[in-house]
Amino acid sequence: MSLPIGPALRQVFGETLAGLADSDPRLLLLDGDVGSSTGGAIFEAAHPDRYLQTGIAEQNMLGMAAGLATIGFRPYVSTFACFAVARALDSIRVLIAQPELDVKIIGGYAGLLTGMTGKTHQMLDDLAIMRTLPHMIVLAPADQNEARQAIRVIAATSGPAYMQITREPSGALFGSDYQFRIGAAVHVQEGSDVTLISTGVQTTRVYDAAQLLAGHGISALVLHVPTVKPIDEDAIVAAAQATGFVITIEEQSVLGGLGGAVTEVLSERHPVPVARLGMLDCYGESGPNEQLLEKYRLSAATVAQDVEALLRRSADRQRNAGTAAGGKGSPFGAARRPLRASNQTKVVRR
Amino acid sequence: MIGTEQGSSGLEAAARAARREIIRAVAHAGGGHVGGPLSAVDILTVLYFRVLRIRPNQPEWPDRDRFILSKGHSSIGLYAVLALRGYFPVAELMTFDAIDSRLQGHPDMTVLPGLDMSTGSLGLGLSAGVGIALGARLDERDFTTYVMVGDGECNEGVIWESAHVAERYGLDNLVVIVDQNQLQQFGWLDRSTGARRPPYEGRRLDDRWAAFGWRVLKVDGHALADVAQTLDAARQRTGQPTVVLARTVKGKGVSFMENQYSWHSRVPTSEELMQAMRELADPAEADRAASEGGR
Repeated sequence: MSLPIGPALRQVFGETLAGLADSDPRLLLLDGDVGSSTGGAIFEAAHPDRYLQTGIAEQNMLGMAAGLATIGFRPYVSTFACFAVARALDSIRVLIAQPELDVKIIGGYAGLLTGMTGKTHQMLDDLAIMRTLPHMIVLAPADQNEARQAIRVIAATSGPAYMQITREPSGALFGSDYQFRIGAAVHVQEGSDVTLISTGVQTTRVYDAAQLLAGHGISALVLHVPTVKPIDEDAIVAAAQATGFVITIEEQSVLGGLGGAVTEVLSERHPVPVARLGMLDCYGESGPNEQLLEKYRLSAATVAQDVEALLRRSADRQRNAGTAAGGKGSPFGAARRPLRASNQTKVVRR
Repeated sequence: MIGTEQGSSGLEAAARAARREIIRAVAHAGGGHVGGPLSAVDILTVLYFRVLRIRPNQPEWPDRDRFILSKGHSSIGLYAVLALRGYFPVAELMTFDAIDSRLQGHPDMTVLPGLDMSTGSLGLGLSAGVGIALGARLDERDFTTYVMVGDGECNEGVIWESAHVAERYGLDNLVVIVDQNQLQQFGWLDRSTGARRPPYEGRRLDDRWAAFGWRVLKVDGHALADVAQTLDAARQRTGQPTVVLARTVKGKGVSFMENQYSWHSRVPTSEELMQAMRELADPAEADRAASEGGR
């Protein structure tokens, strides 16, 4: 029932970029000493002269990329998402985004699943932060086919772009005939009861969740948003119109990322109730992937459970509309509280 | 007209003219920085009138030397020199800091031709310079990249990230010029004297750059001929990057601004403006003013 698992996106990244460099002599890769983890090593092996080790010094690395872009190179920068975005943000803002320089930033190990590293390395707000930068394209591909295409497509654009890449293999969602376009959301599946909007690798788990929901008689529309900026407003509005109830799900903080972007679009263009699932204003921790997804309710099974619970409470609320129990306040105020309690309650360490 | 082929007196006249433009522009804008631009302007004049291989009428010439003003808050010093060198009309300096101006508070390469990098957040300009110098090496291009930083700016950790990586790649086509005016915006207080302490005392800055594997040259940053000679020497390819520690005086050229940290970003009053212009008048002009003063 769940999607077959493909290769790790970091491997796809290294192979794809090395392939692009075969035909583009101006393409460079700058690595912040994590090439053995991010797929950079694959590029180094293929193009040792165009692989630039810059050491453990991310602010300088992003600035070097900007300088290289001013003299006609096409630099890619690869490090962990936490170091690229959180540590070197000022370099990105002042030297890349503001001058609109042609630098592509690949944030590896994005999200919760970072190989037992814990909260310091789990970047849960790279999408939220990067989408606030003018001129920045922000991408979060779901699987190998999309990642491969997205890397090729941004190579053909001029100007700054950020792409999130995950450490782990993901489900194979898209076939080889899939066509990625910057700014285009993708209908993964049509549905009529609820609209599930997701991004990045989380979409593969949302797809699996939708299959579980179908088994319970719930028809979920699944919209995948690989371009968080510029966001596909029309597709989001249409998907909201189709069901009247939107739930965003992301392996990111619910503050400011996809959930933030979707609620901005809908509150301005087509207000409908929206619930956001993801990291509820908290940091992660180390642990095996399956247990992290379970605890933070991002696995297919837990997403399906939470969607069902939200739908049930929405129906209850509508039934009670006009009575003392409903009618007032946020339509999901009541529903969110128990969800929050079952999500990230404090675990007492033994 | 100020030319590039004149002797040292030509440079002096250009630097004096640039100082007048800096103070006029800041007074006109009612904001901006004065102290830093005045400490840097002699070096900037030497760079643009003598050292840099540039074509002011072709600012995007691919093989030009690159210059990055990493201490971007001294932008008006750079703008004054660029204007005098013919990159844009001197009259445009009066738009400094105005709405829609190409002369932004910190240099913005997206609006003003002739800027090789946008800067403003201290320390970052050097990182871009390292990228450019490394790119020139990859491309087997012969130009030199000069980056001016402040001594206060050397507080920034990213400066030392860049210093390390530049040495690692042996970037001998990269020259850092430290405008060592010995003051920063506020700095540490010397409790015994009540004065502000320099960002780096004694030989501390020399030792730091040397420890990072850089060739260290030193010069009086207001001795124009010496500056020219040193910046040319810095261009030699020696296998290691070069730093030129240029000892300067913040507020140089205007008696009441010199060495006063309060002039980091103060705006002159109209009386102060007139006084400064008198002090910065060309010698012939000053003589005439003095003789007319007796009427």
